[in-house]
Parts: sequence; C-alpha cells; structure tokens
Amino acid sequence: MSLEEYKGVFIFAQQVDNEISSIALELLGKAKNLAEDLDEKKVTAVLLGSGVKGLVDELAQYGADRVIVVDDPALKDYRTEPYTHALASVIDEYKPEILLVGATAIGRDLGPRVSSRVHTGLTADCTSLEIGDFPINPVAGQEQKHKQLLMTRPAFGGNTIATIACPDFRPQMATVRPGVMQKIDPIKGAKAEVVEFNPGFEENNCYTEIVKIVKEATSVADIQAAKILVSGGRGVGSAENFKLLDDLAEALNGTVSCSRAVVDSGWKPKDLQVGQTGKTVRPALYFAIGISGAIQHVAGMEESDIIIAINKDENAPIFDVADYGVVGDLNKILPVLTKKIKEALAAK
Amino acid sequence: MKIVVCIKQVPDTKGGVKFKPDGTLDRGAMLAIMNPDDKAGLEAALRLKDQYGAEVTVLTMGLPKAEAVLREAFAMGADKGILVTDRVLGGADTWATSSTIAGAIRNLDYDLIITGRQAIDGDTAQVGPQISEHLNLPVISYAEEIKVDEKAMTVEVKRQFEDRYHIVKAKMPCLITALSELNEPRYMTPGGIFDAFEKEVTVWGRADLKDVDDSNLGLKGSPTQIAKASDKVKKGQGEKVVLDSADEAVEYLMGKLVEKHIV
Repeated sequence: MSLEEYKGVFIFAQQVDNEISSIALELLGKAKNLAEDLDEKKVTAVLLGSGVKGLVDELAQYGADRVIVVDDPALKDYRTEPYTHALASVIDEYKPEILLVGATAIGRDLGPRVSSRVHTGLTADCTSLEIGDFPINPVAGQEQKHKQLLMTRPAFGGNTIATIACPDFRPQMATVRPGVMQKIDPIKGAKAEVVEFNPGFEENNCYTEIVKIVKEATSVADIQAAKILVSGGRGVGSAENFKLLDDLAEALNGTVSCSRAVVDSGWKPKDLQVGQTGKTVRPALYFAIGISGAIQHVAGMEESDIIIAINKDENAPIFDVADYGVVGDLNKILPVLTKKIKEALAAK
Repeated sequence: MKIVVCIKQVPDTKGGVKFKPDGTLDRGAMLAIMNPDDKAGLEAALRLKDQYGAEVTVLTMGLPKAEAVLREAFAMGADKGILVTDRVLGGADTWATSSTIAGAIRNLDYDLIITGRQAIDGDTAQVGPQISEHLNLPVISYAEEIKVDEKAMTVEVKRQFEDRYHIVKAKMPCLITALSELNEPRYMTPGGIFDAFEKEVTVWGRADLKDVDDSNLGLKGSPTQIAKASDKVKKGQGEKVVLDSADEAVEYLMGKLVEKHIV
C-alpha cells in the first residue's frame, strides 16, 4: 500500500428511504474542517442507494464539493453485503485518505465490514477528530508522522478516553457518534461535482434477503435536535410523575428526555434515552432532574452548553458536571418553576 | 446444528468503576464477568439447542484467567469450550482480534456463529462483523430475535435499526451479533456447575490458528494504534446550592435562566 496515493476526505452519506440522515450532514461539517487542516480543497460524499441522485444538492448545500453516487437497485434498502461491496469498491477506485461513517445501526455494521475488506483500521464511535502528529510527542527511534487523523473516543462505558491513530494503513476510518459534530449552515444554491460509479452487483452467499420492513411509530421527539432538554431519572419516581417534566418542557418549548433507569423501568421509550447506550445530546440547556449522574449518562450530555441539575441527594455525581445545581425536592420545585417561567414569558 | 458462540471476559462497569490512587482504572479491583451482549448470544444459542438439539461451542480469546467465562458457559449448558491465549496475540485491536478469532473458528465445523453486539469495555461493536468478513459469511447485526429453518438451512432474524426493524433472511453458515435485549439469560444450574468443573477446556495458541499471517496478529498486526489514553477529565464543577424552600430554589433558577437569556 502506497500511502501517498490516498488523498482527500470522504464521508459516507447515509440515506434511509431516500432521505439523507442527519449524521451525513454532521460528518460533512467535520470533514470540511479536516480538509482545511490537510490543505485539501475537496470534501467528497459517497452516496449509495437506489434512485438517490436527487439528494446530491442537499449534500452540496451542507459542504460536499463532490458526490460519488452508486445508484443500483441492489442498494435500495440497507443490506450489509451490497453496501460493503459498493463502499469498498469506491475506496479501491478513488483512494480516500480519510473516510468518516456515522456510528448508526447501519454505520456500525458497514464500517467494520468495509475496513476488514480493504484491510485498514477503524476507530469506533468517535467524539472528536483532529489532524495532528503521531506519535503525539517525538519518540526516539520511531518516525513521527505528520498530518495524521487523531480519533478520540470514550471507552469503558465513558470512564476513559483514548486517542487512536492509523498511521500505516489507508484510508483512516472512523465511525462518529451522531449528535456530536456540527453541521454548517446550508449554502443556498450550492452545487457539487457529481461522479456516477457502479462496480456491478452479483449475488453471492453473503447476500441476505429482507423479508419485511417494519417502521416503528416514531411519535417520540428527536432529542438530538432539541435546543432545550428536560431530562428525568429514577428520582422522578413514576411514569405519571413525568407530567411535571412535560409541563416544564412545554413552558420552555423544550423536549423531554431521560436516563437509562427510566427506560429500564418502562416509563419512557428507548428513543428518549440520553447516554452511552442511548443518544449523545448537546442542547443549549439541559435539565437533569432526579438523575444521579452515572458516568454512562454524563458521557451522553456533558457537552451541553448549560446544565442545570435538581436532585435530593447532595452527593449525587450529577452535581460534578452541572453548571447550576439545586439540592432539593423536584416535586416541590418543578410546579413553581414552570409557573414562574410561564409568567415571565407571558409578560414579554 | 453446530453453533459457535464468541464470548469475552470484561470488567464489570455496572457497579461503578474503581480507580487507583493515581487516578487510573483499577481493573484488578473490578469483578470480571461475561460480557452482557455475549451472554445474550449464548442464551440464544442454548435456546436453539433446546429446540433443535444443537451443539454449542463457546470460544474466548484472552488471558488464561478468561477460562472462568467458559466454565460459566458450561454451567449454563454449553457443550465445548475453547480458550485462545498466547502472548503474541496481546495488544490486538479489532482487526487483529477478529483475524485471530477467525483463525480459530476455521478449525471448527459450524452452521451458525453468534457474537454479542459489543463488549462493555471497548464498546466498538466491530469484532463480530469483522469476523464475518474474514470468514466470508453473511452477517446480521443487532439481532433481537432469531429463528432457524433447519431444512432450508436459513435463519430469519429481527434486525434492529433506530426507527424500524428488518426481518432478514440469510443462508447458513452465517454470523449474528446479539443485543442484550434478545433474551433474559438463564442461570447456571447446580448440575451445570458440577459439570462445569469436570469439562475440559481446549486451549489454543498461535500455532493452532488456521490461515492467519503473523502480520495480522497482536499489537503488530493492529492497524490502529493508541496515541493517548487517559481517564476522563471531569468538567469543572459549577455552583451547587442547598436552599431552604422550593420558592428560593425557583428564584435561584429563574435568576440563572434570565441571566442566560433563556427566559
């Protein structure tokens, strides 16, 4: 493998039902920064699907300079093998230096399979990416390589963080947690260079058949898109008592989310769970109400701009990450707080 | 039917993690357990055994003490256990780990391989799909239900995505990664515990791995390298107030919300 042949920052532009997933736009935002740091001019999005060419402009508006489209009926719904074949073939043909994939239920299946096929490293669930030296500090007897992708990720349920490099193989591949990277403001009317590519698809033993697709009712809000989250934990006490949080969220035009304990108790659906095994969120304001602040929860919300914690237990670890912490009874505080907020907003 | 289940011994992070005085993780002070997703995978295999009479082989890669999870698997009902352990295999990333495990599995007869989705220490979810690629098998990740058609030699799996699930059919042999939501793993039985210490664990080293080049094993076979590892730096603590009444608490909070232009 001649490493110099590999150039450019690529992202996998995940689409589902011919709608671009939010993570693809987040990856484009990050890819733009990385490309600048590498003095690269172009960010390339790889779009796989069936009848997806109409999605190119949206990718352009969010920062793609070039879109490689593999459009084939074999790629209609996500299946590991044809998607792996398509993405691995794009890598062989266009040789990216960096390839970013969303750490979604699709990307966490596709990424490892592709990295194995093309024989390169893959760093999972990254929360930070930057260009730098490897080793970070010079080590006697070891070449220090410059302009490497340094990929930072939590491990051990969020208790440790590690920065990983892939100095001797290309592309440098990472899956990136949704909700962590920032999209750019869309550039109206932006156009991208479109490259159509088809490696050909032949069924083999690895092909699977989709017997049925069942969409699950998503009556629940998208907590990753919310600017204000009112999040409850075991301390809320019951499903019924979440009414107090619903009211506060409504007054602030926010969204209710929760900790794992709440999902485990069956009070709220998993889609609303914040944390290591749930979603990563970074709202402008995060209320942690009756949440003790286990490290797995904190890993999913600590990047929030402002964190307000309300908890009975003065020693709850949530107070270690809160900007403003109130030790007290949520049952007494919330109704009054909601009322005051409503009054203040009405007075405006 | 022959089923291979890959399991891993991991430190238990559930009951909180222990730190040494110097601030690094104290792995020795934490309980070593069978990784939860792997246990769900094992349970799924044992249910297929109950239903169809399968032979279940558990395989783990790790230090010699990882034998303990194989014994636990025996006590739950696994038939055979293989420990892959060798100093040259240490320091492996997911690429080298999956190459190693694939090299071990090549020695076995199997119709189905089940792994957990991810281990609670690394949380990568990469090793299962990577093994499937090395062995050129179909993979179905994130399995919530598994049905087998022995005649047709196919599996039908409920495969979870964020907002939907697919019912996916694959030809056997294939690899499935299991979510802990798949089932409630059974307890060890008294008879099983007795058997667990009678049964022999097969121990394999580097020489027993089939069709794997040295360049794909251990630390030197790992494309990814650690640049820096550290325990998490906690965010600086903000204010914490203990107030006598709810009204005072609300007044305090309203002050902050106004100051930050939220209200």
